Amino acid sequence: MATALIEALNLEVHYGGIAAVKGISFAVEAGELVCLIGANGAGKTSTLKALARMIPSAGEIRYRDTRLDRLPSHALIRQGLALVPEGRGIFARLTVAENLAMGAYHRDDRREIGLDLARIYAMLPRLKERAAQVAGTLSGGEQQMLAIGRALMGRPQLLLLDEPSMGLAPLMVEKIFEVIRTVAAQGVTILLVEQNARLALQTCARGYVMESGRITLADSAASLLADPRVRAAYLGE
Amino acid sequence: MDILLQQIINGLTTGSVYAIVALGYTMVYGVIQLINFAHGEVVMIGAMVAFTVIMALAGAGLPLPPFAIVLAGVLAAIPVCMALGYLLERLAYRPLRHAPRLAPLITAIGMSIVLQHLALLIWGRDPRAFPQIMENTSFAIGGTGGAAISSVQIAIILLSLALMAGLTWFVYRTRFGIAIRATAEDVRVAALMGVDADRMIAATFVIGAALAAVAGVMVGTYYGIAHYTMGFTLGLKAFSAAVLGGIGNLAGAMLGGLLLGLVEALGTGYISEITDLCRWPLIGDGGGLLTERCAADGHVVLFGSNYQDVFAFLVLILVLVFRPSGLLGERVSERA
Repeated sequence: MATALIEALNLEVHYGGIAAVKGISFAVEAGELVCLIGANGAGKTSTLKALARMIPSAGEIRYRDTRLDRLPSHALIRQGLALVPEGRGIFARLTVAENLAMGAYHRDDRREIGLDLARIYAMLPRLKERAAQVAGTLSGGEQQMLAIGRALMGRPQLLLLDEPSMGLAPLMVEKIFEVIRTVAAQGVTILLVEQNARLALQTCARGYVMESGRITLADSAASLLADPRVRAAYLGE
Repeated sequence: MDILLQQIINGLTTGSVYAIVALGYTMVYGVIQLINFAHGEVVMIGAMVAFTVIMALAGAGLPLPPFAIVLAGVLAAIPVCMALGYLLERLAYRPLRHAPRLAPLITAIGMSIVLQHLALLIWGRDPRAFPQIMENTSFAIGGTGGAAISSVQIAIILLSLALMAGLTWFVYRTRFGIAIRATAEDVRVAALMGVDADRMIAATFVIGAALAAVAGVMVGTYYGIAHYTMGFTLGLKAFSAAVLGGIGNLAGAMLGGLLLGLVEALGTGYISEITDLCRWPLIGDGGGLLTERCAADGHVVLFGSNYQDVFAFLVLILVLVFRPSGLLGERVSERA
């Protein structure tokens, strides 16, 4: 783990008196596609929110040589970290094009932004068709595409994805995961939080299993898929 | 004189000012859901600062054209009000960002009182006559028996329209404007894009205050008077305009302002006629004292044009009862 891009040490998240994340440690190396699976309420979303500094947390978060836990949320994208939040978090009253422009808000290289936009439109043609449309009128799947496209407009090195399959039809879920694999193949490091454990483990190289605020298993995705405990608890076998 | 046409012109004039002030309320509300009740006082401070500068320049005997003197007043008022707007946000509202919603609201009312008394200390309690250095030419519209529009009215309406167009361009076409709208929609997600919410919130206060400064000079020039309490009623009316249009909605504030101005002017123009009991035969013919008075004076007016201020608040109450989201208050639902 010498080349960890992001590393959490004894990360804790509390809501009032309730501990949602109870001192977990994990790392993601540059170029990896890692998933964090677990049941509803295991603390997955809280973990991602803590990494993105959207909620206060205790413990260290190291990103390259930077202590993320000392930075405000709005400083992270400049460090190369983007989060696609749970529920997608698109700006419903802004147009699709404006949402994408917001993704590049912190950048000044207008020419490169234009190229990235063209690339994202090529990868997600539905967004181009609906560029002038108010984002709130998109379907759930299109909104998820938009949320991912918007995050990519920030040219992140690390992409945190929170439940991208949530509430989507199976066909759309497949499309979204295809996009995730494409993005990963382009060299973006991804930490994926998913309730759909099977799909997540089939997509990722490595995975962590979270249970009531703790990481209980950490292994290669293939081993986790074969692990009887995972099969029983998350794959419904 | 054509009362209808004249009152429409007057209504458009005051309505333009309401619209410019209402924009300040609605922008701040859109971003942090706070009714900045001190906003009317920012308008008043703008008028007072401009008044001071215009008086000084007009009295100095410099060979300056009147237009340049008024412009200097506006240019002095804008930065002062912008600084004031920034300080209000930074010192009064930001510390209460995460407090219960009632706390900043009460603070806003408190700041309104503080600013009024600050102005009282600086400019005194007497109304100040706004120097009428600009030549106020009247133009007749609609021939004889028509109406008149003054050059000040034309200037107010045109300048307001220009400001509204400029703000709309800024908010919908620039990167910064889009970021303000994104922040208004979801502060925490906007932060993930690198948007510093504190900066955006401060910016809405500062932009609203700059508009308020111009509005202050327009009101002062139009009524020819500036007073430390002038911002209070004006602020409440502009707030009513913002609610009428749908608070948080820019186009709504503009539409609400103009409509409120029209309602107020037409109401004021016709109220004495409408509430003249002698015009209503059923009441007027009832015999007794009323019939005698009607025969003697021809008029028994219940409410005169001094009831001018009633209309804005009547509109506010009606909107709150029948359409609380306002005319353009929209709800875009996020589909799952």
